[in-house]
Amino acid sequence: MNMQAKTKRTAAEQGLMDAFSALVSDLPGDASVTAKRDRLMADFGATGLPSRRVEAWHYTDLRTLLRAVPDHLPGESADQLDPILAGSDVLPLIGGRYVEPHEIEGLTVGSFRDALMNGTATESLGALRDDDAIGRINGAFVMDGYTLKLAADAELDKLVELQSVQNGGQAHGRFSFEAGSGSRATIIERHTGGETAGLTSSVSEIDVAEGADLVWIIVQERGLEDTHLAQLRAKLAKDSSLKLFVLNMGGKLVRQEVDVMVEGEGAHFDLRAINLLAGQSHTDLTLTLGHVVPHTTSQEIVRNVVLDRARGAFQGQIRVSREAQKTDAQMACNSLLLSDDGEFDAKPELEIFADDVICAHGATVIDLDPVHLFYLAARGVPEKIARALLIRGFVEELLDELDDEALTDALKTRVEGWLDAHV
Amino acid sequence: MLEIKNLHARIADSGTEIIRGLNLTVKAGEVAAIMGPNGSGKSTLSYILAGREDYEVTEGDILYNGESILELEPSERAAKGIFLAFQYPVEIPGVATMQFLKVAINEQRKARGQEELKTPDFMRLVKEKAGELKIDPDMLKRPLNVGFSGGEKKRAEILQMKLLEPKLCVLDETDSGLDIDALKIVSDGVNALRSPDRAIVVITHYQRLLEHIVPDSVHVLYKGQVIRSGDKDLAAELEANGYADIIDAAA
Repeated sequence: MNMQAKTKRTAAEQGLMDAFSALVSDLPGDASVTAKRDRLMADFGATGLPSRRVEAWHYTDLRTLLRAVPDHLPGESADQLDPILAGSDVLPLIGGRYVEPHEIEGLTVGSFRDALMNGTATESLGALRDDDAIGRINGAFVMDGYTLKLAADAELDKLVELQSVQNGGQAHGRFSFEAGSGSRATIIERHTGGETAGLTSSVSEIDVAEGADLVWIIVQERGLEDTHLAQLRAKLAKDSSLKLFVLNMGGKLVRQEVDVMVEGEGAHFDLRAINLLAGQSHTDLTLTLGHVVPHTTSQEIVRNVVLDRARGAFQGQIRVSREAQKTDAQMACNSLLLSDDGEFDAKPELEIFADDVICAHGATVIDLDPVHLFYLAARGVPEKIARALLIRGFVEELLDELDDEALTDALKTRVEGWLDAHV
Repeated sequence: MLEIKNLHARIADSGTEIIRGLNLTVKAGEVAAIMGPNGSGKSTLSYILAGREDYEVTEGDILYNGESILELEPSERAAKGIFLAFQYPVEIPGVATMQFLKVAINEQRKARGQEELKTPDFMRLVKEKAGELKIDPDMLKRPLNVGFSGGEKKRAEILQMKLLEPKLCVLDETDSGLDIDALKIVSDGVNALRSPDRAIVVITHYQRLLEHIVPDSVHVLYKGQVIRSGDKDLAAELEANGYADIIDAAA
């Protein structure tokens, strides 16, 4: 371990340790879970929150940025919200707590608390790596969430919206999703917040079995004072596909990690991310993507809009292992920097050990195109409206890739709401 | 309707003078053709009329219905009824053509103090005008001009013109990149807009377009000046003899 003298604990580190001591007896789980939680917290005590000296956290110095943590309370009361797309099946997690759901055909729904109590969740509680602070914090504190199993060849007719509603306090939730072979579904993972500062951690574990086709949409609309630490782990089997959308449009300090293993031949992974950043917020999207077998493909497009004094970072690491011949991996990160005081850091990283692959990455930082603005002006569109239209176009283009027009429109409405409020 | 008086203009960045004392008057109801060799300042003139800020007017004036437009923003000029059909319509990814049309129409209506068009009325209007230009409705769902063929782009420009109903239409080389059929459709679209209260300025290299859109007046632009004006026969003369004689005569 670290042989250097330990630096003093920060208020946030101490706060998390105190919260754990206060809660430990109430946290659900069998003996194996309890042992795991203790180990994770001991590791946390030894390493603390990661600072910029830890490479994976270079652009998000959590140790400095996370000043304090709220008391571990469920937070202010909060209500279930109308789903983003009317008619969706909503599975709410209110203040981190599971709500007994109604039946959804083809989907087996359970509470993550039960998985902790019967020990089936123990293994998943570990950190992915030494620097996996989110996995560690969530594993130590997780209280509840949903376990979802989609039967083989099942196809959900309606969208399922996993709705994490939190107002202040702390909540640590988990979603585990198994898409059976040949199944098809579209899932929204939505995180909302209120006015009181809150801390949430969330881990989603997704298993996409052979030939399954999954669309997963993360809509992060946490409150202006909130800290949100999230991680999505996914494994893709043979001939499966995962299309992941990430919409970050809230929170004060946000890190969304995406860790994907493409481990079946013929599998395809897509990431489309929209980061809308305003105020003094800090938002980090970090992708680690492994191609470990031959003939797999992936494409990532990240679009960022930066206003005010907001800061953002995208780290995209693609690893192509020696066996993974014929991999085709493409990554692009485009930022629209609309303020002199804003900042966006993009760090694409390719580690390629196979010799017969097509891999590319690119990052651009641009302002709005004056030729576009002139064209719109020549049609009578005043500058302010023209700018808003172009910013919308820049990000909404990614949403047009969804097959469901009603869903595309519903998501565009949320993006437009954000832009109307901030641009 | 349009009076250009001793206009001098240069490229703002480099200071290169492109328009050098240009005079031109176009009356309501008139279709005026502006012809001229490459580099004579035809496209520059169209951009200056629309208000592109890359050009700087150093002398002279442009009057539209008796009022100078030099201080007006491009969007204000558009709202007052000036329309430029671009030689190279701009591709705007992410902005659906329908969405763009609706914003443009309603912003112009707002600027003129009119009520915004309601969606069903807007849809009906677009469907009707697009049909006249043989525009596939699916094309309008696509991002503006993105992936449109040359002919589709020009038809989209004319569609915008029909929807926005401007009073002064400036068509910058609308014939470039069009095959015979598309040229016919576009010309018919323009001819349908001819009216006693509207002026149309057609900028072109070739007489071909003027066989379809027959002008009332023809003006030859050379080195930033109108060096000769005439009726439609002047266009035929240019087609037969080229610009050299006229340029020599003016020199």
